[in-house]
Amino acid sequence: MDIFDLIGPIMVGPSSSHTAGAVRIGHAARKLLGEAPAEAKIYLHGSFAATGRGHGTDRAIIAGLLGMAPNDQRIPDSFDIAAEQGLKFSFGEKNLRNAHPNSALIELKAKSGNKISMIAASIGGGRIQVRNLNGMALCFSAEQPTLIVKNADRPGSVADVSRTLAELGINIATFQVSRDSRGGEAIMVIECDDTVKPETIEKIRRTPGILSAAFIDSNREVEN
Amino acid sequence: MAIFDSVAELIAYCKEASEPLWETVMRSSARECGISTEESWSRMGLRLAAMREADKSYDPSQHSRSGLTGGDGEKMRRYYESGQSIGGEFMGQIIAGALRMGECNACMHCIVAAPTAGSCGVIPAVLLPYAEKFNVPDEELIKALYVTAGFGAVIATRASISGAEAGCQAEVGSAAAMAAAALVFLHGGDEEQMANACAIALKNMMGLICDPVAGLVEVPCVKRNVAGAMNAFSAAEMALAGITSRIPVDEVIDAMQIVGEMMPGSLRETGLGGVAATPTAIKFKEDFFG
Repeated sequence: MDIFDLIGPIMVGPSSSHTAGAVRIGHAARKLLGEAPAEAKIYLHGSFAATGRGHGTDRAIIAGLLGMAPNDQRIPDSFDIAAEQGLKFSFGEKNLRNAHPNSALIELKAKSGNKISMIAASIGGGRIQVRNLNGMALCFSAEQPTLIVKNADRPGSVADVSRTLAELGINIATFQVSRDSRGGEAIMVIECDDTVKPETIEKIRRTPGILSAAFIDSNREVEN
Repeated sequence: MAIFDSVAELIAYCKEASEPLWETVMRSSARECGISTEESWSRMGLRLAAMREADKSYDPSQHSRSGLTGGDGEKMRRYYESGQSIGGEFMGQIIAGALRMGECNACMHCIVAAPTAGSCGVIPAVLLPYAEKFNVPDEELIKALYVTAGFGAVIATRASISGAEAGCQAEVGSAAAMAAAALVFLHGGDEEQMANACAIALKNMMGLICDPVAGLVEVPCVKRNVAGAMNAFSAAEMALAGITSRIPVDEVIDAMQIVGEMMPGSLRETGLGGVAATPTAIKFKEDFFG
C-alpha cells in the first residue's frame, strides 16, 4: 500500500484514471520508444473512447508523449505544444478485444525510424499497466524502475542480462519473459529495486543477441 | 501489510509501539515503499502545499470545457461574507472550499487526489478552514494527512476507493471518513474517537451511487464534495462529543464494499444511471458530444 496513492497523486484534473493515468500511459510509451516521437496514432477503447474527450484524456496522452508528468500545468495546452515541437498525432477509436475499459493503443514513430506499438490500461487512482508491447502480451505498472529488453529468442539471453544486473548489484523484483514465436523475438520485462544507470542499459544493448533495451524509471520517483 | 488490514490492527499497532497513529502510518508506509521517514514527510508536505496552491489557483470567472461547472465557490464566499448565511463563516468556508476545489478539478487545474480526483475537495475543505480558525501549524496538518492516509489505506485494502468499483460511497464517502478522522485528531481526540468518526461518516454515505452526467467529473460530483465535507465535520463533532458508532468501523467498511458489489454497473461511474439518466442530463450529453 503506497499511501501517496491515497493522498495523491498531485495531478491536473479532472480524473485520476482518465487524466493522470492517461498522462502516465503517454509517458510510458515515450520511454519505451526511447526518444521523442515524431508521429503518434492513438486509439481509445471503452470508457476512454466514450468519455475521454470530456476528461481531457486526449490532451493528457499527448502531454505524456511530450514527456510531461501528471502534475504538469501545461497538460491542457498539450496540443499546441505538440505542434510547436513537431509531434504529429491522430486519435481514433478501436475496440481492443478483452482490454480493460480504460485502455489505449498507441503507435509511435521517431525521426530515426524507430517504432513501437503499445497497449496500456488506466486501472484506477492514476495507476497504469502496460499490457502489450509490439504485439506481445506482458504486464507492468512502471511504479518501479523497469527495464524492457528485446532479444532474439535463443538460449542464454536471460542469463546474460541477469548476470549484468547482478554484477552491478541491482536486485530484480519481478521478471517476465514473452515471445512472438519460437526462435523469433522475445521481450523481458525486469522490475528492479533500484534505478538502472544509462551505462548499464548501454552494456545490455551491446550484449550479443539483444536487439534493444529501454528503461522506465519509477513514475513515483519522477513525480514525487 | 497486516497493519492496514483493519482499523483495529492499526490502532493496536500504534498503541503497542506507544506512538501516535500518524507516526505508525508514516513509519510503516515508508518502510514498505523503501523510502526514509524524512522523505515521506517531505512528500506529504508537498501534498499539503499543493492543496493550498490548488485552492489559490481558483478563478471565479472560469468555466469547465463543458460549461457545467464554474463560479459557485465564489458565490458561496460572497454569501457567507455578507454575514447573512445560516451557518456563519466557518461553515461557509468549508462549503466554499469544497466547491472551489471541485471546480478547479473540473477546469483541469493541478489538484491533489484525496483519495481520488473526483473527491479531491473534501479533505482540504475541512482541514484548511480548521487550520485557519485554530491557528494550526503546518506540521500538525501534515500529521493529519497521515491520519487520513491511514484510515484511507484500510478502506482501500478492505474495500475500494474507486467509483467504478463501488460507487460514490467509495470516493466521497471514503474522503469524508478520512477527513472526519483527521479532524478528530486535530481537535485532540484519541484513536477510538477517530475510528468512530470514520465509521459514522462512512455509514452516512452508505449506498451513494456514482452517476456523473455525460461521464464528466462535474455534476453531481462538485456539490457531493460539499456533502462529504459537511458529513466529515458532523461525524467528527459527534465522535468528539463521545458519541460512538454502534457498528465497528471495520464492519462498516466491509458493508460498504458489499453494497458496492451489489450496485449495478449503471450506478458505478458509467454515466448511465441516477442523475446521469435524467432527461436533462441525456439532452446535455447529446448536445455536448454531438
